[in-house]
Amino acid sequence: MDTAAALFGGFTEEQIRRYGRHIILPEIGGQGQRRLLDSRVLLIGAGGLGSPNALYLGAAGIGTIGIVDDDVVESSNLQRQVAHTTADIGRSKVESAAEAIRAINPDVNVITYKTRITSANALDIIRDYDLVVDGCDSFATRYLVNDACVMLGRTDIYGSIFRFEGQVSVFAPRQGPCYRCLFPQPPPAGMVPTCQEAGVLGILPGIVGLMQANEAVKHLLGIGRTLAGRLLLFDALDMSFRTMTVRRDPQCPVCGDNPEITELIDYEEFCDVHF
Amino acid sequence: MPVTVRVPTALRKFTGNKELVEAQGANIKELIDNLEAGYPGMRARLCDDGGNLRRFINIFVDGEDIRFLNGPDTELAEGREVSIVPSIAGG
Repeated sequence: MDTAAALFGGFTEEQIRRYGRHIILPEIGGQGQRRLLDSRVLLIGAGGLGSPNALYLGAAGIGTIGIVDDDVVESSNLQRQVAHTTADIGRSKVESAAEAIRAINPDVNVITYKTRITSANALDIIRDYDLVVDGCDSFATRYLVNDACVMLGRTDIYGSIFRFEGQVSVFAPRQGPCYRCLFPQPPPAGMVPTCQEAGVLGILPGIVGLMQANEAVKHLLGIGRTLAGRLLLFDALDMSFRTMTVRRDPQCPVCGDNPEITELIDYEEFCDVHF
Repeated sequence: MPVTVRVPTALRKFTGNKELVEAQGANIKELIDNLEAGYPGMRARLCDDGGNLRRFINIFVDGEDIRFLNGPDTELAEGREVSIVPSIAGG
């Protein structure tokens, strides 16, 4: 620690300037900002939801951000995936998003995983993080991430989008419900169209992703009331926000009293991305 | 006794693109029968061949999941709001 950092409670002068608007908030303060800088958050997906999370959690000074995605940037992504630019077409999404975060805030240590998260790597990747932000685009990955988070006791900040609708919740294992308490099983292939087939308003993942980022920061700081135990439904056409009660299901196959699921499942064969 | 039903985007093709519809029913089972009568095709989206509610669609009455109330036998009263909430996965 340099002399200036020692003078300012562990922050450098530049950090005092950068995070000043946080530090003067009584709910955050220097201690809260330090906690954010010491936090490790994993983003599943660097797409529509992952982009606003990457940019704003990076700007907020989350000290370590991991990003998992195996895709490359395509021009059809740019209508909503704002961490990537036209110049990034053809590049790996994790590299592009990492560069965007570093350009905003060099304090952030960005770790990239250019891979699809699977039953073989999920536990090893997630274990290293305090918190997971799920912004993936398939049911298979959502169930895998949920189950891994339950097994490891990591909170999963859930967000998903479809056309003009969004859903957000916080699944905190052992404290409240998980994704399977809400939706016990994925739909069979063909029952639900994807955004690719059905379309999605480009602004929608920005709004939903930032609600996830807000819940992530609140969870890390232990402030306010998170969406644990509640499902927020957002309708962009109606501009309505409604919340439903989500209860932990004692019969839940993964977080219930007698869980049947004790190993991770790859659902690809039942419901892959080609809905 | 009419209740208000909030229809998700994915099912609005059955309701003439309407988000809110009024329907009758003393309980959820009757409500689904009446929705099917008024908007043919809805039942198959909500229930499987055995008539059970699909496990990736939730029905909430005034914000409470019917799985934690009385399931399809959950009683309805005038003025209740029923929300159909399917799982969605886009990101």
